[in-house]
Amino acid sequence: MSEHSDYEAGSYVGADRVPGQPEERTLAQEVRGYLLGLGLAALLTIASFWADHTREIYASGIAMALLVLTVAQIGIHLIFFLHITTDPDNENNILALAFGVLIVCLIVFGSLWVMIHLNNNLMPMDKLMEMQR
Amino acid sequence: MSAPTLRLAHDPAFGPAGIAPGQVSGHGAGGPAPKRIIVGYGFWIFLLSDVIMFSAFFAAYAVLFKSTAGGPAAHELFDLRNTAAQTAFLLASTFTCGMASLAVGHRSMKWTQIALLVTGLLGLAFILLEVREFSDFIARGAGPSRSAFLSSFFTLVGCHGIHVSVALLWLGTMMAQFYAKGFRQDIRYRFLCFSLFWHALDIVWVAIFNLVYLVGSLPPELLP
Repeated sequence: MSEHSDYEAGSYVGADRVPGQPEERTLAQEVRGYLLGLGLAALLTIASFWADHTREIYASGIAMALLVLTVAQIGIHLIFFLHITTDPDNENNILALAFGVLIVCLIVFGSLWVMIHLNNNLMPMDKLMEMQR
Repeated sequence: MSAPTLRLAHDPAFGPAGIAPGQVSGHGAGGPAPKRIIVGYGFWIFLLSDVIMFSAFFAAYAVLFKSTAGGPAAHELFDLRNTAAQTAFLLASTFTCGMASLAVGHRSMKWTQIALLVTGLLGLAFILLEVREFSDFIARGAGPSRSAFLSSFFTLVGCHGIHVSVALLWLGTMMAQFYAKGFRQDIRYRFLCFSLFWHALDIVWVAIFNLVYLVGSLPPELLP
């Protein structure tokens, strides 16, 4: 039991405890967990603003880099602030999260996919109006 | 290894249910999960439905991003210094909200109230910056009725702002309840939900400042 990491992130492999009862941890360890989360989130935020300003990244890839940084920072927030872990008592939360992510991806990418195809394949509105005259 | 051993639900050594009396497996066989888990799970379901609502607004914004109808485009409007300040305030407030959780866990009324007060002030600063930005846009003729792009922008970011405003009211209520009623269990459950809500709002903001403000302020020729 002495090989615990000293911050709150993920589960503790091999740690035997009754699920549903919080791990015994000192205040300093808990604060350190939050501080680590804050530091990582701040780092990713700075990276986002840097990626937006710099011209050192391949220009067309900046938007994609920002998307990746977003997903990374959301992951940091989920682990360090919302305490989503691989504990057995977190199983339901993770399944619900996975379902939520599926729906979010369907809505966002599905909408974009359909609408871009509509834009490409349908006649522009002004042309349509001209033909109806 | 003096800690109680986790007994697997399928372990035949522990009888048909596989659970020794008084033990909870977390898999259903050992009876209901502790209330803390159930409360958190229920609120987590609500948060996910809230996130799905935001994703619909994100989709609308992404689809309508170029429909500026001759009005101002994103890169002409956004002031990233304002966005950076808002991001810093909200990230700091998420941290102080975590500190409030620790203070509640350690039953320290002084630090609970201090951490919640700082959280609230940071959230208030965030909201004030957003109101200032919105009124600045409207004064420059870029209100929500100007174009489909601006309608979707104000809906998405404004909806997040309303969430933060409601959360500020909730925060004030929590401070008053802790003050008047102490660290009663039901009030700690309410606070658990509040802290989840506050952290989730920061997650939505992470998506907004990256994908709306930073991507939007790129020159148009760099966008796909």
